[in-house]
Amino acid sequence: MSDAVIETDCLTRKFAVRGKGRKVVTRTTMCAVDNLQLRVSPGESVGYIGANGAGKSTTIKMLVGILVPTSGTVRTCGLDPHRQRRQLAARVGVVFGQRSQLWWDLPVRESFEILAAIHRLPAADASARTAELTEQLELGDFVATPVRQLSLGQRMRAEVAAALLHRPRLVILDEPTIGLDVLSKQRLREFLVTERLSHGTTLLLTTHDMGDIERLCERVLVVDHGSTVYDGSLNGLAQTAGSDRILVLDFVEATTDLTGIPHTKHLGSEVGGARQRLSFDSENTTAAMVLAAVGERAELRDLTIEEPDIEDVVRRIYQARR
Amino acid sequence: MGTPVHFTEIGVAPGRFAGYRAVLASRMRSQRSYRSNFITDLSSSAVVGLIELAEVWLLFHQVTVLGGLTFRQVLLVFGVADLCFSIADLFVGHCDNLPTYIRAGTLDVFYLRPQPLLLQLMTSDISLRRLTRAGIGLASLVIGLSINEIHWSTSTVLLLALTLVCATAIFAAMFVWAAGVQFFLIQGAEFTNAFVYGGRYAATQTAAVWSTPLKVLFGFVFPMALTAYLPALRLLGLPGPAGLPNWLAWCTPLAVLWIWAFALGMWRLGVRHYQGGGG
Amino acid sequence: MSHGTLPVYWRLFVAGFQQQTAYPLAMFGGLVANLTFGFLKVAMLFATVRAAGASVQGYTVGTMSAYIWLSQGMLGSINLNGRIDLADRIKTGDVAVDFLRPVNVQLATVATEAGKAVFALIPRAVPSVAIGSLAVGMTMPRTPAPYLLGAVSLLAGIVISFSTVYLVAVVGFWLIETRGIQIFYMVVSGFFAGLFVPISLFPSWLLAIAQATPFPSMMMYPVDVLTARTTGAAAYGLVGVQFAWLGATLLVGHLLTVVGRRKLEVQGG
Repeated sequence: MSDAVIETDCLTRKFAVRGKGRKVVTRTTMCAVDNLQLRVSPGESVGYIGANGAGKSTTIKMLVGILVPTSGTVRTCGLDPHRQRRQLAARVGVVFGQRSQLWWDLPVRESFEILAAIHRLPAADASARTAELTEQLELGDFVATPVRQLSLGQRMRAEVAAALLHRPRLVILDEPTIGLDVLSKQRLREFLVTERLSHGTTLLLTTHDMGDIERLCERVLVVDHGSTVYDGSLNGLAQTAGSDRILVLDFVEATTDLTGIPHTKHLGSEVGGARQRLSFDSENTTAAMVLAAVGERAELRDLTIEEPDIEDVVRRIYQARR
Repeated sequence: MGTPVHFTEIGVAPGRFAGYRAVLASRMRSQRSYRSNFITDLSSSAVVGLIELAEVWLLFHQVTVLGGLTFRQVLLVFGVADLCFSIADLFVGHCDNLPTYIRAGTLDVFYLRPQPLLLQLMTSDISLRRLTRAGIGLASLVIGLSINEIHWSTSTVLLLALTLVCATAIFAAMFVWAAGVQFFLIQGAEFTNAFVYGGRYAATQTAAVWSTPLKVLFGFVFPMALTAYLPALRLLGLPGPAGLPNWLAWCTPLAVLWIWAFALGMWRLGVRHYQGGGG
Repeated sequence: MSHGTLPVYWRLFVAGFQQQTAYPLAMFGGLVANLTFGFLKVAMLFATVRAAGASVQGYTVGTMSAYIWLSQGMLGSINLNGRIDLADRIKTGDVAVDFLRPVNVQLATVATEAGKAVFALIPRAVPSVAIGSLAVGMTMPRTPAPYLLGAVSLLAGIVISFSTVYLVAVVGFWLIETRGIQIFYMVVSGFFAGLFVPISLFPSWLLAIAQATPFPSMMMYPVDVLTARTTGAAAYGLVGVQFAWLGATLLVGHLLTVVGRRKLEVQGG
């Protein structure tokens, strides 16, 4: 075998679904993960996206040994996650956005101490690592606070620290920024970038946030119905999915609809034309060129550029396939 | 990519049991820190023990001999059974909460730690409140030992020690197999309660009054009669009822082997079911 | 109560009844527990009757059997653990939403819970009694009167258990933590309700304590009336005591609700 951090071959996971009809109980099989081929090399940073129910959580559960594949193989950090779960646990750190690994009634620091004992980290290293994580994730203000009293942003940062305490080679983050405010997201992303740079950690993350992908991932995987529909760079994703950006323009006074500007599409006008929305194709034009053309027609007061959100990207990829 | 420094390469790693110890110590601290709650729990658990004793006493309030034993003698049965059950409950009673652990995702978190799942579950909590109930059991046992005529010898002391250890192990196994079955049952905890808590009730009884099906179920399948009743008969020098000779009192280690094999089998089946996606 | 409100509580009762049909496995588990404990009690209590010479405090083997299986069967319908969803809603303050609805929170809670409880009689009480009587026999009255009065007494017992647990929950308007009271309720209710041993086997001082609580009205009295252990005027007397407890718990519950609601509205919970 190679030195891949994650390697799957024809990985498949089926579930029996019990449907309750009016009279009969039907049993159907649902394929959550379908012949997944995935290879992640050391140090890579991979964004794993797809609609809800596309098979992301099932894949993660198979990667760490919680679920056994129906067929196919999976190796994580060179180990069989199911048979060698305990060795694997020393090499992987997982953050589940929805389930906590901290003890809710204990101060954060005490949870770290327990986890250090569980992973059998020597005291000196445990305290050095805790200090490092506390500083980088800015946990200092609340390490003495019981977990149940933390805000969501604080708790997520503490969860990330807990998952990284034993310096795992592979870090899996399942929706790490869900529900976080802008500042908390920012801090978390900055930390993960630094952590990768200094330790060469491999990163796999699922998210609904395009910002996470743009700032953290070099490679993007899009899954649909359990199989990969896109695997490549972020730029490539934009090309496949189309790269329309949306400009929201506010004018000093009411303006007639801005139609006919090259490579743009007029999406709509509000307040009698004082606010208009244009989409432009970033492959063929730039925001500056569009603005120059707009400026010839009316006086701009303000503008914003809307990023396409991840659902849109995924939807467009799905549509392109069908 | 630089060479990452691994903790285990520097200094001495903590022992194999340090993780379990750390969890248990934190659980104990947090229970005692909610002082008023802890006192409520301690006293209610003492009342539970007293009411269980009263249940037995009320029957002997009506008759002097029941199932071949007097109240003084039955105190011995009650004492051993309740002491050992309470200790098992104290250490592993929270296995009952497995459905909650599954729903809250706590079980998935166990998968991320380098320890066996069952050991993590068993050491994930400890119920200090059961101490008072164990105290009622211990008091009954001590009184039972002192007011009955027991011919003390090395073998009776050995039997008593063996019984206390084995009975606790048997009750603990009951919690474990019940947890394994919880993987399959949703909202079906009462099914296993019938045997876990019904088993405790059976263990405090004089098995001589049981019908044959009960003797099979709680004498052998779930060896409750071996936890306290038969050892008490042996200590008192009394013969066993039909089907349960008193020399079986020396067979508790075999009963431990059987019930733990059953418990671990059920646990494995349950975990396999969970990993198979049924959870 | 204006015209047409009664059907609301009837519908809540029916809704509670229907909710329970969704958990057949839980009902089956409960039945297995009833049967296991039932047969263990049969062994001990029959032996007690026989050791006492065919009768203990008026119980024969046949009537003791009737007591055991009826009380086991009622176990799924009488709240003996002191837990009720409303307690959490009061703790979190969600109860404020309940007060916005045009129904009486106390009656709605009790009606819904009673609906669930009456449903549980079908999968738990009926099979428990049937299996028990087939396996070990039981002596039941041969005239219709005890059954008619017993049905009233049984229903009253079920409702009293919920109107009393409701009191445990509404104390939460004043106490941050009602867990201690709930645990106390759980620990003593079964014992005084006659779940473990019929209360007539209690020594007189303990019997007096039991009779001073609402717990015998939940289980022991309905069983006594249904099995015709108590008949005639004395049976009506027991049902009278039950209605007195029902009225008292509902009245106290109503007053606590009114005052608690005011506290919630004035102080924001």
